[in-house]
Formats: sequence, structure tokens, C-alpha cells
Amino acid sequence: MGNYYQPEIETASREEILAIQNEKIVKQVKHVYDNVKYYRDLMDAKGVKPEDIQSVDDIKKLPFLTKADLREAYPYGLLGTDLKNCVRIHSTSGTTGKRVVAFYTQHDVDLWNDCCARAIVAADGSSEDVCQVAYGYGLFTGGFGLHGGSEKVGCLTLPMSSGNTDRQIQFMMDLGATILCCTPSYAAYIGETLAEKGYKPSDNKLKAGIFGAEPWTEEMRHSIEESLGIKAYDIYGLTETSGPGVAFECCAQSGMHINEDHFYAEIIDPDTGEVLPEGSKGELVFTSLDKEAFPLLRYRTRDICVLTREKCACGRTHVKMSKPMGRSDDMMIIRGVNVFPSQIETVLLNEGYTPNYQIIVDRVNNSDTIDINVEISPDQFSDIVGENQAKERKLESAMRTMLGIGPKVHLVAPKSIVRSEGKAVRVIDKRKLHD
Amino acid sequence: MAIQQLSVFVENQKGKLLGTVKALADAGINIRAMSIADTKDFGILRLITSDNQKAMEVLADESIVNTTMVIAAKMEDRAGALYQVLQILSDAQINIEYLYAFTASEDFGAYVVFRVSDAAAAQEILNAHGVATLDDADIIEI
Ligand SMILES: [Zn+2]
Repeated sequence: MGNYYQPEIETASREEILAIQNEKIVKQVKHVYDNVKYYRDLMDAKGVKPEDIQSVDDIKKLPFLTKADLREAYPYGLLGTDLKNCVRIHSTSGTTGKRVVAFYTQHDVDLWNDCCARAIVAADGSSEDVCQVAYGYGLFTGGFGLHGGSEKVGCLTLPMSSGNTDRQIQFMMDLGATILCCTPSYAAYIGETLAEKGYKPSDNKLKAGIFGAEPWTEEMRHSIEESLGIKAYDIYGLTETSGPGVAFECCAQSGMHINEDHFYAEIIDPDTGEVLPEGSKGELVFTSLDKEAFPLLRYRTRDICVLTREKCACGRTHVKMSKPMGRSDDMMIIRGVNVFPSQIETVLLNEGYTPNYQIIVDRVNNSDTIDINVEISPDQFSDIVGENQAKERKLESAMRTMLGIGPKVHLVAPKSIVRSEGKAVRVIDKRKLHD
Repeated sequence: MAIQQLSVFVENQKGKLLGTVKALADAGINIRAMSIADTKDFGILRLITSDNQKAMEVLADESIVNTTMVIAAKMEDRAGALYQVLQILSDAQINIEYLYAFTASEDFGAYVVFRVSDAAAAQEILNAHGVATLDDADIIEI
């Protein structure tokens, strides 16, 4: 048991949560049908009327929304209210195509901040804490999301944004930050830099970190927890569904509680679209329950995960989602084999390397090639050519076992792989250039 | 005593070697001996300098720098001198990873730097056979 930001909702019984959801979904569907022509057309085409949706059980009758719909409807096609009622936008980084722009009314911002506040309290945050927000501020949702949550909790909030690591460390040490919020790769980088500057993990006052916005593994969690001397919590969200805080980890660190009073989650078969029974692995689909400006019904996240409803040690009753096991956006098909960056990360951490890597996929003579650049640390660098090459060959062999295809591994200098917004560019696929 | 060699990771990119050498020049560090090994992915620059401590501080910002102990053996200026030294090491079962040569400005003597698995053992066996070797203090002088 622990502290909750909104205990009456976070520990509500299953029946109470269902009652909240059933009441909200009827209103939300009517709001969308009345205000969003794009989705009304989809519903009409499927022959579904707002009155057909009387409870969350009826959600399965609704049509799906995909990222392609969001691109097609760009910029205002899915807007659920007058622009004059909106107070903010955020946007995806657009690395995989056209940007997605999400709109927020003040109600939407408040709701989102509450979600992030729940995540911070679940990470043992309170008004006693100093919360360093090192997610990027701007169009990216990370910075503003955790910032809003941190202020709601009453933490002293350090709006650092990402980058300028020397300044991050100076404020962290001088102002005694106790909670760090950023991407896991940036947390790992801050840990490395602290060690380089001669700090031990016990020299900082940090107790918790809330890390998300990119895939990370359990191995990476352990290495970050060790290097910073903290407990590391996962947080989940998409710009499309408001941002981080849709789901968050609690002290049990075994899956993320979905804020079910605001988001209804389904797991579907990504090929057939059929809803799968609880505990099945499949694609996560979200339906917003009380959004005004950007209400998305049955939005397909592309994240593959499992939902579980067993009793949690923390006392929260909301359903838990596993860490996404892969994302069809991230999945690369190389020589016919499905490859996820998270697999490569696991090998690197197992072999004692930092999770700083870059995958370069190309096509040479009609055959796919995969090259992996891996940053080395000083203790891994040898003055003997053969020893460095042996390290590359050993990594290649471990990768071949994990991936089922053989990549070429190249050791590169520390910090030579570019990080943008604190988010490393993991994959460069040059094959598209040849098509 | 063996001597300390610096090994610097140099990326295979335009200007990287130049930047490394410039950093040493700007710091007033004299390169006594050097060799570079180029692999497909990066180069390994091996250096013996007039001030290794300072060189490491200067280069730490640029790249990775490691230290290794190596032997610098003085060669007699005659045919067969290197053969004789290699024979001594071979007889003592000491494997050589790599070697390179340099000339000292003080005595115009020829020296060969050996990177071996066990620098202390190599030093001892060479000295026992009358082959002179340098120590760190000599490097500052020559
Ligand atoms: Zn829990």
C-alpha cells in the first residue's frame, strides 16, 4: 500500500470503475459524433449510431482509427471543439512521416496533468520532493506533461528540458533533485556523465526516476537504477492520447496501471481487428472517455502488449499493461526476419556495453544489410587491433543468436551517436532510398 | 622499468587525427614516438610523449585514451641487431603483439618499442642479455 493522488478513483472497485466508464463513454461517443465529421463518416459507413453505444461493452462496434487516419485528417479533421476553446497543441516528432497534431482544451490539460500527478505520487512523490523534468519542452509532450503533474503534486519543479547535461547535473546536485523525469536513454547518459565526473550513485539525492517515451528493457532499468542509485518507474503515453501518463508504473514495477477512468483499453488481433480475451498478447487500442478537443475512439497504438487485472500490491485497482513488447512502427523486416531494436539493446547490456547504439539497414545487391554501431567505454578499448576486432566478432555472434540474422558490429567512440531531444536516433533505414 | 604508452581511439573521419595531434601541439606536448594501426572502423594511435599525464588530460575531451606498459629497447647500429633481440624474446616464450621504431634526438640511437604480454618479464630478460631499455625518466630526457 502506498500513497495515491486520487485514492477514491485509483483504488475504486471494478464495479465503480465500470460505472464511471459506462457513463462517460455514452457522452464521449455522442460528443464525437456531433462534432467530428471524419469519425461520424466512419461510423455511418459502418452503420453504427451513437445510441448503439450504451456501455463499454459496445465499444467493439465502433470503427478503428489508425495513424493513417490522423495523417489524413491533419490538421483539424479530428478536432472535437471550436479552436477558440483550445489552449494548446502538441505534436509528434514526425520521424516516421507526417506529424500528428493533438489539441487540448483547459479541461484536457487538467485531466492529463492529473494522470501525470498520479504517476509521480506512485513513484513516491509528494510536496516534499524536488522534481527535475529533463524531458524536452515544446511540441513534444514529455516536458509539459510531467511538469504539469509535478506542479499538481506540489513538488518543487525544475523545468530543465533535455540537453545541456552539465547544467542538468549542476542543478541536480545543487538543488538536491529527488525525482528525475526524462527518456531512459537520457537517464543512462546522465548516469554515465555523473560517473565520468567522479560522482558515486550515493552522491546525489535522487530516489526515483520516471522514464518513458521510448522502448527500454529490464536490463536497462537495472543499469539506470544502479548508476543513479534510484528506483526507476516506467510511464506510457502517446501524443495522440494526450501524452505520458495514460499508464504508469507503481512500486510493484510489474506493468503500468492504465488510468481507466479516462482511457478504455482493448487488446486486439492486429491482423483481424478482433478483440482478444483478457491476458492475450495483441495490439493495444485506446478509447478516450472524457476528452474535449482531441477525442479519439478506438485508436490503434501499434504497441503489442498484454493487459492483466490481477490484484496489485500497491492497492490500485486499474488494469495493468505490460511494457510494450514491440511496436510495429519500430519493427524492421530484414531479410524476411522481424527485428526489434529492444532485442539488440538486450544483447548489448548482457555483453556489458552501454545501450548507446545505432542500427543502419541498407540494401546492397538486392540483399538487406544490417550494421550496428556500438559506443564503447574506455575500459573496453584495447591498444591491440585483434582484441577490438574480437569484441566486435563476439557481439556479432551474440546478435546472430538473438536476431536470427547476422549483423556487422562496429565499435565507435563514446557519445558519437547523435541524440536529439534526449532521444537517440536508433534506426536509419536507407533501403527506402533505393525503392 | 618499462615505459608508459598512450593509446588513443581515433574515429575514421575527416579531421579526427588532425584534431588529436593539434590538441597535443596546443598543449606543448612533444611526441617522442608513435605508430598508428588502422582498422576498418577506427584507428589506434599509439604515443609516447614528453608528458603523458598532461597528454591524457588534453585528449580525454577528444576521445578515449588508455595506457599500456611497453618496452623501448636500444638497438645496436649493425646488421642482425633486431634479430638478436627478437631471438632473446622468442627463447623466453614472450609473444609480441606489435612493435615500432623511433630515433632519439639526444644520442641519435635507434630504439624499438615492443608491446608484449608481460612487459616486466621482457624487460628483465633483455637487460640480463645486456640489451639497454628506457624507463619513464629517460623519455623526458631524450
Ligand atoms: Zn500497482
